[in-house]
Amino acid sequence: MKTNDIILQTATKVVLFIIVLFSVYIFFAGHYTPGGGFVGGLLTSGAIILLLLAFDMKTVDKILPVNFMYMIATGLLFAIGTGAGGLLFNVPFLTHAFTDVDLPILGHLSLHTAALFDLGVFLVVVGVTMIIIKTIGEDD
Amino acid sequence: MIQTIAMIAILCISLATLALIYRVIKGPSIPDRVVALDAIGINLVAIVALISIALNTNAFLEVILLLGILAFIGTVAFSKYLEKGVIIEHDRDR
Repeated sequence: MKTNDIILQTATKVVLFIIVLFSVYIFFAGHYTPGGGFVGGLLTSGAIILLLLAFDMKTVDKILPVNFMYMIATGLLFAIGTGAGGLLFNVPFLTHAFTDVDLPILGHLSLHTAALFDLGVFLVVVGVTMIIIKTIGEDD
Repeated sequence: MIQTIAMIAILCISLATLALIYRVIKGPSIPDRVVALDAIGINLVAIVALISIALNTNAFLEVILLLGILAFIGTVAFSKYLEKGVIIEHDRDR
């Protein structure tokens, strides 16, 4: 018997963007409020898992053609790159830099290289979680 | 004053959670237990909100949305397992 999941699929199409937006908010708010790369990454993978629940693995591979192995590698590269970047300026490994910039549209921003390190954590967490879930969930 | 009200409300919700735990342990069928666990998750949201009122902080407000999302995903996963036997299908139209 073929089941009809239209309520679940329509609810997923609405809720997915709220979850992704919330995870991006948690990722960027990590410097001043609770949150950060780890929780943001887990929440993003939660959104992809909801997509996997409502649809199937083939559809999700078509929507998100991402190799999560490369995602982990990119995240580790971000983390090591921000660490090794300090060595170029004659400061110890993992020294972070901080600056205030004024951009035309975005206005006054305070940029910190710790955010790039956090982006690496985010990518690694998403990649590891999705690889675990997809490897276990794959039948035969 | 507001702390006392929050504590009374936490007590009431704790009693409701105890009744739901009785349903989780006793519930004759699996769907009873799934619905009770979902309601326990939502009660936890209410308890977190009331505790953040009592402690006069807004540091826990992300936890509320997070628990709502996690309860939804968990319940959807369990009900899909009960209906189809698999949680993540490889190909839906096969």
